[in-house]
Amino acid sequence: MRTLLMAAGLSAAATDRSPVAPFEQPGPPVARGRIDELVFAKLTSLGIQPANPCSDAVFLRRAYLDVIGTLPTAEEASQFLADRDPNRRGVLIERLLVRDDFADYWALKWGDLLRVKSEFPINLWPNAVQAYARWIRTAVRDNKPYDQFARELLTASGSNFRVGPVNFYRAVESPAQTAAPGAAPGKDPRSIAVAAALTFMGVRFDKWPQERQDGMSAFFSQVGYKGTSEWKEEIVFFDSQKPAPAVAVFPDGRRAKIGPGEDPRRVFAAWLTAAGNPWFARAIVNRVWSWFLGRGIIHEPDDIRPDNPPANPELLAHLEGELVRSGYDLKHIYRLILNSQTYQLSSIPRSALRQAAANFAYMPLRRLDAEVLIDAIDQVTGATEQYASAVPEPYTFLPETQRSIALSDGSINSAFLDLFGRPGRDTGLESERNNRVTAEQRLHLLNSTHIQQKIQQSAKLRALVQGGTRPRDAADRLYLTILSRYPTEDELKTAGEYIQRAGSNKWPAAVDLVWSLMNSAEFLYRH
Amino acid sequence: MMRMTRREALRAGLLGTGSLVLSGLGARAAATARAKSVIQIWMWGGPSHLDTFDPKPDAGYDYCGPLAKPVATNAHGVEIGELLPLLARQADKYSLIRSLTHGINAHETATYAVQTGRQAGERLVYPGVGAVVSFFKGYRAGYRGLIPPYIALTQPQGRFSESGFLGASYAPFATGGDPAQGRFAVEGIVLPGVTDQRQRSRRELLHKLDTLRQALPEEENLKALDETERQAYELILGDGADVFNLSKENDDLRNRYGRNTFGQSCLAARRLVERAVPYITINFQGWDTHRQNFQTMRRLLPDLDKGLAALLADLSERGLLASTIVWAGGEFGRTPKVMWEEPWNGGRNHHGQVFSALVAGGGFNGGQVVGASDAHGEEVRDRPVSTADLIGSIYELLGIDTDSRLPNPLGMDAPVIASARDGVHTNGKLREIMA
Repeated sequence: MRTLLMAAGLSAAATDRSPVAPFEQPGPPVARGRIDELVFAKLTSLGIQPANPCSDAVFLRRAYLDVIGTLPTAEEASQFLADRDPNRRGVLIERLLVRDDFADYWALKWGDLLRVKSEFPINLWPNAVQAYARWIRTAVRDNKPYDQFARELLTASGSNFRVGPVNFYRAVESPAQTAAPGAAPGKDPRSIAVAAALTFMGVRFDKWPQERQDGMSAFFSQVGYKGTSEWKEEIVFFDSQKPAPAVAVFPDGRRAKIGPGEDPRRVFAAWLTAAGNPWFARAIVNRVWSWFLGRGIIHEPDDIRPDNPPANPELLAHLEGELVRSGYDLKHIYRLILNSQTYQLSSIPRSALRQAAANFAYMPLRRLDAEVLIDAIDQVTGATEQYASAVPEPYTFLPETQRSIALSDGSINSAFLDLFGRPGRDTGLESERNNRVTAEQRLHLLNSTHIQQKIQQSAKLRALVQGGTRPRDAADRLYLTILSRYPTEDELKTAGEYIQRAGSNKWPAAVDLVWSLMNSAEFLYRH
Repeated sequence: MMRMTRREALRAGLLGTGSLVLSGLGARAAATARAKSVIQIWMWGGPSHLDTFDPKPDAGYDYCGPLAKPVATNAHGVEIGELLPLLARQADKYSLIRSLTHGINAHETATYAVQTGRQAGERLVYPGVGAVVSFFKGYRAGYRGLIPPYIALTQPQGRFSESGFLGASYAPFATGGDPAQGRFAVEGIVLPGVTDQRQRSRRELLHKLDTLRQALPEEENLKALDETERQAYELILGDGADVFNLSKENDDLRNRYGRNTFGQSCLAARRLVERAVPYITINFQGWDTHRQNFQTMRRLLPDLDKGLAALLADLSERGLLASTIVWAGGEFGRTPKVMWEEPWNGGRNHHGQVFSALVAGGGFNGGQVVGASDAHGEEVRDRPVSTADLIGSIYELLGIDTDSRLPNPLGMDAPVIASARDGVHTNGKLREIMA
């Protein structure tokens, strides 16, 4: 068993709850709703101490990054930290949920799952990508009920350029054809079923017995694809010319009744979104939980199977019920989670027990997503990136103000995004996004001309450092800009001494200070 | 014959999901490997073959211009261009291919043909030689370290996707900087304007201010983060990047290579070979001599001569030539009949019907010539060599199974080397010069 060394020198079993500044508030955490009751009850039964509640500064940065994938500005940070309204966190959550960035960031997440990408191996093509991405973003922005979202994706028909959701049927893997080179691979029912199972049921289809796979694939056996005279346009439709499936079986084993001339996709979609379906609501609330808490109640969230039980079945059932009762309102689930004490625990574990993480006793550290990281660096320094796509047609050139979290096309990439694990959007698996830190990434952040120039040439930071009446003003503003909090007394002293030691030209020392903060664990990770 | 399914390709990390141990590809091929590294001198723009490796002194002034007196080499009966006297004395180390042909006269497509051995316009964009070697001989084959297995000195190619469908992780690492400068400012290792002292003091500042790090001493992610920092600083402040520090070589040797970007790149390449980097490209620009060909030859050829001759001699002296392939050439040759009129003023155009390359080391014999062009150097006369033949030979010497397949996102059949099936006419590997 590891011993846990605390900055304040406490032992793991102590009841002393002194908060670790500046990350915590005094403990112990208090349950605020049903989620907390269920989580804390489980922790108590396992003898696990939850972490202390997180400080306002930690909550601020965490909420911004989790909800809108964007750092707070220095102004937003100082305003929140000065706010004395006892409900300031709840108010902040509501404001974040309606920001434009919210739609951008969650469209990005859905883009990963739905594999929104122009080229290879998914060949949506740029026009279709734009139609699909726009539809997804609108659905997110308008908080479309999740059952409707799923039904539209599963039953849409029309042109890939004009009816965004039909691209669900085009963004699937296909087995390689051994036909002559140049032949377009087809989309077979099984590949579609794999995608549907992964996206909406959180299930890895190929772990099922063959019979069950065949039963579900049958629902997608009459999907037709045809081209038009417009280059790269494709119509997806219910092809009644194809033979109707002899036998279509739902994943729960019941046989489907498909009327003559009825689109089997509709039958499947109705089954999936019907009340009591054991997969639909469960998979999405579990995913949402993992997006906020860093770990699913069933983990991995796209590997739901009987021998992978939920860490807390009552918690999962509660969230499922809440989703259904709310009419599949995803924002309702976000609110429940974000406002809970469980979500607002600090990252400093108070238990060395192995099961602490799996039972949400503390907030785990997670490296910032590639897009979020470069946007954060650019926001801090006032710099921009340049994105373009050479995939025809059309060739795409994005304006300099384009934020990386708003990159809808998985084919638009950059060396930085690739280095930091932006997914290729080939599989739709959560694990395709690789947020593990590598030495190459570290080297880039520490020592590349790319990053150094952003800092060195930042007019915004120069103004920050040079303005202000008191010496501590500059440090305060830098910390608010980069780490979204005020510096501690120790940090002020260290930073102040470093700048003092520099000669008359303080700018290089200020650059080093910015560099240190941007290379700190606190910047690189969500915590 | 190896065919990788998409699932395997995914698990092989080609599509960004992690890494996989290479599954015994062509164990037999690997056992007969001769070479461990390749230094490719890419003569960007297409060097004139008449003025370099395939002189035609009897063709008259309209073809030779002022460069009409080729020098004899120390390989019996072989002459090369008069501006390459130092190389002439190293002919025992290299062989010349004088009958390369692809018939393409456009830069990008010709570059693609030479670097991949294939015709452009197929469904897949194939990776070039460097990326393929990086795939087979890089991290998956046990290569270690932060210095990437495929390095470009000093800029990448630009109008050509080196890594094709293999993706960005197989693209070359372009060092940037200039090895002929006092300090070779390799990207990510030497930060212009930041001294070693400042590197140290800012690192100290980082440690002092890393408050979250200090609050979570046992956290697994952060311990891994520490390790990445240690590795990075090995390059920034430690010996890790010594390979790029040319001041470690004595001045005489540096002078022998020539104190210019190309010459010092050759020296850097030798040092990289000593560090077992599998593929190094020296992108030597300036060979697209539509205008004033001869003036440019007088400027560039002495640098090529000095650098390449020194490289071959140095590799040989250090016992590295036997395991290092050196390959010099460009995307095509240049028109033998000189364009004297305005605006060319003694220029040569693109010429893809026949052109030359130099290969040495790593299992290639020295002192030989493969193939021949006609009296004017306009068409192949003997033993046409397709680019696939040359690349296939290099792969074989490296121990890469030329019957194997490259994993690709479409799951298509992507052979390592092209053949008739792909519409490429091949004439067989360069057996006549392979030991």
